Amino acid sequence: MNGPGINDFTLRVATVNGTGSASANGLLMKAIFRMGVPVVGKNVFPSNIQGLPTWYEMRVTGDGYAGRDSQTHFVIAMNPETYASDLAELAPGGVLLYDSTWPRPQLLARQDVTVLGVPLSAMCNDAFKVARSRILMKNMAYVGAAAALLNLDLSVIEQLVREMFSGKEKLIPLNMQAVALGHDYAKANFKCPLNFHVSPLDKTRGKVMIDGNTAAGLGAVFGGATFGAWYPITPSTSLMDAFQKYCEEYRVDPDTGQNNFCIVQAEDELAAAGLTIGAAWAGARSFTPTSGPGVSLMSEFIGFAYYTEVPLVICDIQRVGPSTGMPTRTQQCDIQLCAYASHGDTRHLILFPADPGECFEFAAKALDLAEHFQTPVFFLSDIDIGMNDWMVDELTWPEDYVPDRGKVMSAEDLEEINTFYRYLDVDGDTIPYRTLPGTHAKGAYFLRGSGHTKLGRYTENGDEYKEVVDRLYEKWKRAATFVPSPILTKADRPARYGMIAVGSSDAAVTEARDRLEAAGIPMDYLRIRGFPFNKAIDAFIEAHDEVFVVEQNRDAQLMNLLITETSAAKEKLVPVLHYSGEPLDFRFVIEAIETALKVRTPA
Amino acid sequence: MTSFVKPKIRRLNEPKNELGKTRADYDGAMSTLCAGCGHDSVTAALARAFFELSKEPKDVVKVSGIGCSSKTTTYFLKDAHGANTVHGRMPSFATGAAAVNKNLTYVGVSGDGDSLSIGLGQMAHAIRRNVDMIYMLENNGVYGLTKGQFSASSDIGSTAKKGATNTLPPIDPAIMALSIGATFVARSFSGDKAQLVSLIKAGIAHRGFALIDVISPCVSFNDHKGSTKSYAHTYQYYHKAVHADYVPPSEEITAAYAEGEAMPVELHDGGSILLRKLDADYDPTDRAGAMSKLLQSQQTQEILTGLLYIDESRPAMAEHKKLPETPLHSLPYSKLNPGADVLRKIQDEFR
Repeated sequence: MNGPGINDFTLRVATVNGTGSASANGLLMKAIFRMGVPVVGKNVFPSNIQGLPTWYEMRVTGDGYAGRDSQTHFVIAMNPETYASDLAELAPGGVLLYDSTWPRPQLLARQDVTVLGVPLSAMCNDAFKVARSRILMKNMAYVGAAAALLNLDLSVIEQLVREMFSGKEKLIPLNMQAVALGHDYAKANFKCPLNFHVSPLDKTRGKVMIDGNTAAGLGAVFGGATFGAWYPITPSTSLMDAFQKYCEEYRVDPDTGQNNFCIVQAEDELAAAGLTIGAAWAGARSFTPTSGPGVSLMSEFIGFAYYTEVPLVICDIQRVGPSTGMPTRTQQCDIQLCAYASHGDTRHLILFPADPGECFEFAAKALDLAEHFQTPVFFLSDIDIGMNDWMVDELTWPEDYVPDRGKVMSAEDLEEINTFYRYLDVDGDTIPYRTLPGTHAKGAYFLRGSGHTKLGRYTENGDEYKEVVDRLYEKWKRAATFVPSPILTKADRPARYGMIAVGSSDAAVTEARDRLEAAGIPMDYLRIRGFPFNKAIDAFIEAHDEVFVVEQNRDAQLMNLLITETSAAKEKLVPVLHYSGEPLDFRFVIEAIETALKVRTPA
Repeated sequence: MTSFVKPKIRRLNEPKNELGKTRADYDGAMSTLCAGCGHDSVTAALARAFFELSKEPKDVVKVSGIGCSSKTTTYFLKDAHGANTVHGRMPSFATGAAAVNKNLTYVGVSGDGDSLSIGLGQMAHAIRRNVDMIYMLENNGVYGLTKGQFSASSDIGSTAKKGATNTLPPIDPAIMALSIGATFVARSFSGDKAQLVSLIKAGIAHRGFALIDVISPCVSFNDHKGSTKSYAHTYQYYHKAVHADYVPPSEEITAAYAEGEAMPVELHDGGSILLRKLDADYDPTDRAGAMSKLLQSQQTQEILTGLLYIDESRPAMAEHKKLPETPLHSLPYSKLNPGADVLRKIQDEFR
């Protein structure tokens, strides 16, 4: 874990946003991936379009861990504004590469790192005529230098450039020329490769690099969603972008030219919720992607959908709050909000995907659960999963999948019964039948957020009111065995301590658990994947002396939810809280737990 | 209080429509509004219009927000699905529902609080999208359920029941709708059933968003001196009731007037409103002209009624979104699932 080494190091590219570096960084990452070496990408970007510092981290992780490493071993410093901090954050023994067109002696201030100057601007200014292309080619030139220093296969890079500029072929030689400039300079002036570098493996076969929002958008397509509404908000926008892109490609009827889907850009999140609920009430599989501020705005409608029992899927891609917070930084800060969103007694279902693979699966699962239970379901992702590229198993879709549309009565069903009552628990399983507008006069009913009886009629009678809300509580509890069950990782020997986490914390917690175990601290780990909580969670906490609840917020929201919603003794739960807005890294988790354990066993 | 079932009274030789249904087949639950409320007249006009159009009730969807007017969706077409949603948010709900099945008729019922204050944004965007629905804005210039606050349609200088004077300019829904591309704008009066029924029928027939702003007086909070929507000061008789918390039993307002004339219409509470049929030379296809006339009428306190503007040329949401004939909920999954081969192909770009 102390790296760096072969296939075990972290590369950080520091640039200014709006300079076109994203495609260069993507190219570097894909080149590593195609050499069969697992790699993790984290984009640390500002809430801005052009001119502010942005970083792209690539962790080359030969052993396949998916989390972040907060240590940086190689910096490509392309932003003079952040030279000082980029240098400061470099681990001892690290390497910094910068554009030496304008030499910066102050960069040599650290004796324990190596600074490599490549005259990127000078070389590109000589080689290319157009100002804009000089900026873009500078990116390709650092790709070339990095390729030489990190032992990347140039033929792989060339293939990637060909794919990138497919349809704009004349750009291929220009870009390859820029790659060669950096590559040749590095080869001629530095010892290549560095001590830490990439060495081909065969560990990416059957894997893909995909971000969670794209995967979730695809999941909604394959899950049969036909209606989506949203108000653009970072970091959820790319989820709807993906849904739209794939719908336009695969959901337009070839015979009629009509769309087998409908997407509406709402005027705000209040409308996005209303649109989604209206469409769901009318019978379409519907969803709305948003982030924390959107959930705040949707809250009134969420309570409406809960009480009137309309399926509602909300994909909350969490970002740092409160208020506007840090819109492009990650947290798990909406757990409590989503569990109980809206006024009055309300409680909802939550799914916690941990990576893009689960985003794909859970997006469809959320649609199934919402229609099965006729209630709001939160798909609770975050920026780290949603907007970063993760290496996951190639997505596959079960051939025999059938959407769970829940209890919807057809015209024929209605013909056979005397009277339809919307909220009557006919089957004794807490879930009533619903009907869709236009089906049959017998199925007509009036949906109301005001007090209603089990027959669907208006009431202000306490007993009649309680009968309905008590059933809603029972219905919610039943969902505990329907949401994805928790995943247990046992230590290799009996463990006094346990760890609990959800969502994007999983990658760091998994790695921390392994490393702690190797260091003589065995820990069992339970990853929660759904709310309401499965009974296995109570048993897990019961079975351990102490359980570390690792999460990405200040207020221990998950831990407090466990205290409220399980039988766990409060004293057993120890919060491990990370809320800087950076993705959680394993070093933080290890340090927090080691520190906590030292306090318990003084020397 | 609970909801009351309206008894169905059958009469001998009562007229039937093309579906063999009687007018009573278009009723809903018993109204729980104040006796004589203008909204009940609008409800009756809606039922009458659907009856006369021989619409199958099950093929109609009723939606509303919150407020006195929004309660009325239970009072007609009991065999239609209905939804009483969230305050000011009916337009978004209706838009979502309408997107699913373009073969049904959507009728929204709202008020001046629901549409012009809390829901102004949502109404505006439903107009912009040209959602295929008829939108009844039952406008009484006052918040009834919360007992008498000014609404955004109150005129400057009009006074509240407790004496405060409104100093803020009114939002005229018709002018606003015209300014953002509305394709059907009408105004009527709950006491003029003949005009209202014909406008509703025209609105249902219109493809796209049909706004009908209906002046629909509030008998409980609108019958005092100084209210420009009641003119109670004109008539001493009802002036007495103003100061009591008792709601006097009143008869339904009826009004009939000749075209081209401006005339005061007596409200049941003793007030009167200047109403004027549209001029013979009024061109309801001239958007700018309509807006100009409406702005002028604000100066004279006249209330222009009738079909103020119509544009059948703009595509409704269903066309704009290329919605399929089959409702979205009935598309077979085989048409929605791109298949395993596509999933493999898509992922080529992720390697």
